[in-house]
Amino acid sequence: MPHHLTQNFFQLFGLPERFQLDREQLDRAYRQMQASVHPDRFVNAGETERRVSMQQSTQANEAYQTLKNPIRRAAYLLLQRGVDPQFETNTAMPTDFLVQQMEWREAIEEASEAADAIELDRLSSRLGAELKRMYAQIGGQIDDQENFPGAAETVRKLMFLEKVGEELGEAMEALES
Amino acid sequence: MALLQISEPGESTAPHQHRLAVGIDLGTTNSLVATVRNGIAVVLNDHEGHSLLPSVVRYLRSGGAQVGYPAQAEQARDPRNTIVSVKRFMGRGLKDVAYIENCPYDFVDAPGMLKIRTPAGVKSPVEVSAEILKTLRALAEQALIGNAGGELVGAVVTVPAYFDDAQRQATKDAARLAGLNVLRLLNEPTAAAIAYGLDNAAEGVYAIYDLGGGTFDISILRLSRGVFEVMATNGDAALGGDDFDHRLYCWVVEKAGLSLLSPEDTSVLLTKSREAKEFLSAHVEARITATLSTGGVVDLKVRQADFWDMTRNLVAKTLAPTRKALRDAGLAIDEVKGVVMVGGATRMPHVQQAVGELFRQAPLNNLDPDKVVALGAAMQANVLAGNRPSGDEWLLLDVIPLSLGIETMGGLVEKIVPRNSTIPVARAQEFTTFKDGQRAMSLHVVQGDRDLVTDCRSLARFELRGIPPMAAGGARIRVTFQVDADGLLSVSAREATSGVESSVTVKPSYGLTDDQITQMLKDSYEHARDDVHARALREQQVEAERMIEATESALREDADLLSEEERQAVCAEIATLKQLAEGGDHRAIKLQIDRVNRATEPFATRRMDRSVTRALAGRSVESIGS
Repeated sequence: MPHHLTQNFFQLFGLPERFQLDREQLDRAYRQMQASVHPDRFVNAGETERRVSMQQSTQANEAYQTLKNPIRRAAYLLLQRGVDPQFETNTAMPTDFLVQQMEWREAIEEASEAADAIELDRLSSRLGAELKRMYAQIGGQIDDQENFPGAAETVRKLMFLEKVGEELGEAMEALES
Repeated sequence: MALLQISEPGESTAPHQHRLAVGIDLGTTNSLVATVRNGIAVVLNDHEGHSLLPSVVRYLRSGGAQVGYPAQAEQARDPRNTIVSVKRFMGRGLKDVAYIENCPYDFVDAPGMLKIRTPAGVKSPVEVSAEILKTLRALAEQALIGNAGGELVGAVVTVPAYFDDAQRQATKDAARLAGLNVLRLLNEPTAAAIAYGLDNAAEGVYAIYDLGGGTFDISILRLSRGVFEVMATNGDAALGGDDFDHRLYCWVVEKAGLSLLSPEDTSVLLTKSREAKEFLSAHVEARITATLSTGGVVDLKVRQADFWDMTRNLVAKTLAPTRKALRDAGLAIDEVKGVVMVGGATRMPHVQQAVGELFRQAPLNNLDPDKVVALGAAMQANVLAGNRPSGDEWLLLDVIPLSLGIETMGGLVEKIVPRNSTIPVARAQEFTTFKDGQRAMSLHVVQGDRDLVTDCRSLARFELRGIPPMAAGGARIRVTFQVDADGLLSVSAREATSGVESSVTVKPSYGLTDDQITQMLKDSYEHARDDVHARALREQQVEAERMIEATESALREDADLLSEEERQAVCAEIATLKQLAEGGDHRAIKLQIDRVNRATEPFATRRMDRSVTRALAGRSVESIGS
């Protein structure tokens, strides 16, 4: 078995500890690891080996899911650097950001009430672009500027936007059914 | 000179010896067993050449049972003791099964899972399924081992992807009861993806649309370079071809003006309806004729168009979960390269048409929809048994279909493992005690995607005892969920400060109707609004209880810090809060909580002062002592 359970998720996959990440490299490393530790490879092995296989395969999944998702990846990097993004406690956000949130919600609500699927699609691509812009921002903050408090705030903003995305998805789904 | 033979784990110690393993599709209507022979997956036929074994078990007065065709032949004559579609009852209580009133069986509602009284004794669905599996096992052993010797090392048994923990556990129990070594429980659409993907060297994103006799699954997979990765799955554990039969049967009963049918006549008409349904897949009109036990004669013609009309909403019920799965996978319709059709019910042209319209492409039908699941299971069994050389295996990454969580205060669900998590997966969450000096905590494990416990399936309850007495909120109880590669859950709980531990392998309890399961994911949107209200109310009620508890406890300890007037004012606000917490207005409760907060503020400050004083006093005593 090639790794220890305590290992940092980036080290686990042999990746540099940065926000900017080569997705193909991550996918490849994850698959290689599962190919050697997955419980399907240990069906005929002894109980201890099967248990260890399950633990390692579980950890590989956890690491992969964490690094694959930009928000979780950013939060993980911050925690590794001793910065708690304070998701639970710090909900104070800049006013202009909060106003923007309200606008998103109103726009979604209006479009759903008007059953305007095209507008929902448009909102969805706008949100996609906004997320992309913020991922770039957070990459700069973590990888280049090492501005961790700034990155923590961007992570909190992204979590708000993630909720907007969920609401948008639900609104689209309601329109389909 | 003898050479030491070193084998990697998972590989056979004798690489030249083929290890006999089979794949079993335990279906609602038919079951099959397949194996890989000379590198090719084949379905094993019985001695009469049948590849499908009807999933029918008839219990006899002698105590024995007939399985398959002989049982099916007696179905119309002996419907009460001839059990069909037992898969619908797996891991289910009496209240959970739709149209149970149409079943002619003598049900016994047992805790956990219903049972059926038969001339051979009371049987659980696990036992009935085990009869089917035993027959398949005998068939496989005869075909594979015969006079050659050797033994069956194990089986991969398939389950609907949307099966919950209780249904999976029941299936595994049935296989064990049949004397099979279960190498893995494999999701049916994933098995189909293996068979399809390997046969066609497919790469890219594929949707597997699997409409069987009693269950519907949709799985979205990414196939690339020997990896089968399930991106999302969804479905309906109580929707299948049987429901189409039932619609047509109801139509027949109505058209013919029938009422109060005997179990025998019901059985005959259901069979005739099924035959007509199958006929209508290739013809524009079918004739349904039957002579009833009353002497009455049924003779009706049903047009294909009428049949499509009466079952249109059943088809539509498959499309909502399909869209949901795509959304969970983060995919647009045009990113799906192909749609593989699985299950006998996908032979119906209007199902094909609806799926084609949704995906904007013709569905793929180049594999036998009845056999593809068993063939894929056989291929996987062959790999798991270690018959393929190392490096030449493929990797399967599957997911859990429904979120797993725990009941928290106020009947709310705290989700711990979200649906579509790749398995194996483990997640831990910390909980705390609610009352001062609380010594035990009961944990209620649920599965589903709604906010309230009552809308999810109850899987297990267990208790963590021996928590050392602490102030409310003082204990830290870490609850860990581990889902293994079969999709089965085990839960453990540990109090962090004392190390007190408790764990269970989840054995299902019950409490959810199939209707609820059916609706769960869909409803989690439809009722999102209701849920928001219900959730807000529960949260405020919990907050109110906490506040009442804390204030009353403070009053017991430090009432002397308040004047009689102040004390009465606090008590009055608490009384009002108690009253409002019984009601349904979460805003009013919240406002009153704020009032109690304000009313108790001076009290809290004085208490804080007192405790600081006491703490300081304690320290001075200590320092004197040292």
